[in-house]
Amino acid sequence: MGLLSVAIWLPIAFGAVLLAFGRDNNPGATRWLALVGAVVSFLVTLPLISGFDTGTAAMQFQENMVWIERFNVRYHLGVDGISVWFALLTSFITVIVVIAGWQVITDRAHQYMGAFLILSGLMVGVFSACDGLLFYVFFEATLIPMYIIIGVWGGPRRVYAAFKFFLYTLLGSLLMLVALIYLYYKSGGSFDITTWHKLPLPMSAQALLFFAFFAAFSVKVPMWPVHTWLPDAHVEAPTGGSVVLAAIMLKLGAYGFLRFSMPIAPDASREYAWFIIALSLIAVIYIGLVALVQQDMKKLVAYSSIAHMGFVTLGFFIFNELGVSGGLVQMISHGFVSGAMFLCIGVLYDRVHSREIASYGGVVNTMPKFAAFALLFAMANCGLPGTAGFIGEWMVILGTVKVNFWLGALAATALIFGAAYTLWMYKRVYFGDIANNDVKELQDLNAREFLMMAMLAVAVMVMGLYPKPFTDVMHVSVNELLQHVANSKLPKLP
Amino acid sequence: MTQMNWLVAYPEILLLVAACVVALVDLNVTDPKRRVTFWLTQASLAAVALMHGMAMQTGLGAEGAAASVYGMQGLVVSDPMGHMLALCAALAMMLSLAYAGPYIGERELLKGEFFTLALFVLLGISVMISANNFLVIYVGLELMSLSLYALVALRRDNALATEAAMKYFVLGALASGFLLYGMSMMYGATGSLVLSEVLSAIAKGQVNPTVLTFGVVFVVAGLGFKLGVVPFHMWVPDVYQGAPTAVTLLIAGAPKLAAFAIAIRLLVEGLSGLAHDWQQMLIVLSVMSMVIGNLAAIAQTNLKRLLAFSAIAQLGFMLLGLTPTVIDANTLSAANGYSSAMFYVVTYVLTTLGTFGLVMYLSRAGFESDEIADLAGLAKRSPWLAGVMTVFMFSLAGVPPMVGFYAKFAVLQSLIVTNDPGYITLAVMAVLLSMIGAYYYLRLVKVMYFDEPPADAVQVESRGGVGALLACNGAAALVLGVLPDGLMALCRDVVVRALAG
Repeated sequence: MGLLSVAIWLPIAFGAVLLAFGRDNNPGATRWLALVGAVVSFLVTLPLISGFDTGTAAMQFQENMVWIERFNVRYHLGVDGISVWFALLTSFITVIVVIAGWQVITDRAHQYMGAFLILSGLMVGVFSACDGLLFYVFFEATLIPMYIIIGVWGGPRRVYAAFKFFLYTLLGSLLMLVALIYLYYKSGGSFDITTWHKLPLPMSAQALLFFAFFAAFSVKVPMWPVHTWLPDAHVEAPTGGSVVLAAIMLKLGAYGFLRFSMPIAPDASREYAWFIIALSLIAVIYIGLVALVQQDMKKLVAYSSIAHMGFVTLGFFIFNELGVSGGLVQMISHGFVSGAMFLCIGVLYDRVHSREIASYGGVVNTMPKFAAFALLFAMANCGLPGTAGFIGEWMVILGTVKVNFWLGALAATALIFGAAYTLWMYKRVYFGDIANNDVKELQDLNAREFLMMAMLAVAVMVMGLYPKPFTDVMHVSVNELLQHVANSKLPKLP
Repeated sequence: MTQMNWLVAYPEILLLVAACVVALVDLNVTDPKRRVTFWLTQASLAAVALMHGMAMQTGLGAEGAAASVYGMQGLVVSDPMGHMLALCAALAMMLSLAYAGPYIGERELLKGEFFTLALFVLLGISVMISANNFLVIYVGLELMSLSLYALVALRRDNALATEAAMKYFVLGALASGFLLYGMSMMYGATGSLVLSEVLSAIAKGQVNPTVLTFGVVFVVAGLGFKLGVVPFHMWVPDVYQGAPTAVTLLIAGAPKLAAFAIAIRLLVEGLSGLAHDWQQMLIVLSVMSMVIGNLAAIAQTNLKRLLAFSAIAQLGFMLLGLTPTVIDANTLSAANGYSSAMFYVVTYVLTTLGTFGLVMYLSRAGFESDEIADLAGLAKRSPWLAGVMTVFMFSLAGVPPMVGFYAKFAVLQSLIVTNDPGYITLAVMAVLLSMIGAYYYLRLVKVMYFDEPPADAVQVESRGGVGALLACNGAAALVLGVLPDGLMALCRDVVVRALAG
């Protein structure tokens, strides 16, 4: 059994054990087992990066077995420079989520922890699948635990949010399924993604495939105007759910663009790049303005996520190395930063049970340690140099300016809006006089919360100060991808 | 074809004998729990299943060949597809009776007749599956249907059940009439009742096309009734709801396999010369079923009724697999489609058995547990059962990694690989409609997981072995989802061999 298989199935096995043997009367044992599972699952993903060969764009740590012989579906796993960091990010965030839910989740804790561990394994599966159907199975299967997480442990409108989340995503991915089967037919009976990459396709077929994939991935990213499920899902989900949604699940969509849309339909991608770029800029600017007026902190961060993901898709579809690498770096840094932002809101919510900005004020007076962490993450969210948030945005803007100065200028306005809504929220929640009795009675971070904040803070700082390990890993794969996309796949005219 | 070849009919003969023995033995059973009757029935079903299972590999009949062997002077046929379907039907019947055990015990349905009639239902199914003649198909169909009518009416002082029985009987008789009328036209046009002779007569082309086309319309209408697809679906919700759940299970499970089998026997083995006509009809039936089944299911509050509409939609989806054509004697795309439909129907029966089994598991004397609201908060009252039901719901909705996804996937690919724009449009419609379908399956998960149990909720009692069986059924839906290859390959194998003759 290869490393990737272990990384996928180990958390799932721990999750299954938790579901099977956990009881409401033994939450302590449940939590420790979940933590052990999450930590071990994280540790097994570390060799993926330490043993990664940055000199090649080929898939590494490959496993290739027959899965469904009838349709030539293979259990084919592998990671390249584009996907390897996400496997790590997933297992890292899962550790944080388990710690974050430690005392907060008292109702059916074993199911909560089990769902997150299973979800973690499935998401690693999405990032490492090299077979179209295998990818689809993992991609869709992630919906089930998330649906349950939002619906069971969510806020007052959790049922609405859970349905909206599930059905939106399902609609998009079912169209992708049709596209996958069509590719299976076109390639003469293969679900292998690299075979599909080489498959010549006429423009009409490429356009249909491009939009079928667009349906699946744009909902997942989410891009304007199919983003409306995200604020609902984020607001209603429990803290852990929001963290995983923002930090990893959104990346599944962006990753799909790189793995499917661009290499399989390169001509259509270039043809319709203006469309994606336009939607991305709308997301960056318009959603940034929407975030500015939010009263609910979680909603604000949710809109901020949409705007940041707009940067990612913008970077991908300007087709140069700075843009694509920048988008990837932005995905990883956004994983840390948005996760951290949601955790901060969770910390406040656990104490006061309100997410309204107006319920707070002067938190820094009662929770100084917490406010310091929150400031770091807020700064990272608006892209302060030295934090993780800066690198990706800067690379994308630089890449965009290379293509077109005015596009770059428009994208750069996001930095202004980002700073505006983040810092204004920070000012209203943390600074000023103590607003009310709730804030007055706040207790600063306990050791558990301090630990998870510190882990994320280290990640944000390290990535901001020394991004080389991240970009080095991506470099070869991204170049390979861009070269591939630059070549037309249209069948040669006789 | 002119030999008696009794061997071919051995499983059916065994079943007939077993039914008579069970009926006689039961007369002398004094035990109010009728354990002897129950276990005798299960043992005979197991023996039948075993015979079919062995025959699937080695074949029945004197030659022991694995291809088609004809018996009773060409009235019945033994081929791997038939044996596999009959094996599944026998297993489904065993499972149905096991689930039904506690339920019928609490409702004065625990009589010898229940078991005898169930055996006769299976006999009818087996006869249909192995038929090679219009009349034999009809006899098998009537045997199954009459036994089912009687079973629905078994609780004769219950108004709902008698109404359901009446409706089922009248509409069922009408459907049988349709089918028989269609068959008689076929006979009139081709001069034969034997499927293979009808096939060759049509292929020769010296028959009256008008009569044939009329005939095929009636045959398809009759099949539509038996499958319960729109617009011949009116009986399905009422019968599913009105019949005692144990009997609903008998209607919803194994007979679907028989309906699939006679669809293949009649339409493919007998009338594939008219494929162009019946495929168009099936496309219309299937799209209408998916639209009406999925939309109507959303509005239901009764669980059994919801599952009835879900069955309509699911079988509509299954029918799509029967539509790809034999192109220029190239059976590849047809075999692909038929084997996908077969996989669909087998896995659908597996999940349906579990869902109704679970409804019965939750019911108590005087409490049917057939409202959706009765499931409220099940995840708190019994996490295991809620988990099992969730597997079934996601499977029916077609979400991986449950087996229902692969069924939908197989049917969709059989449409798309024809590379015909019409079929691809059909596939897109099917996925959009199944997204609507996902809503009501999700709603059941929501009721179980997100809602609080009502204050007066009935405690879920353990029923020992039945609970373990349900868990195994759920595990099967999940394991077949993770490793679907074996069953898929088997379905393809038997269908290819059946088409090869």
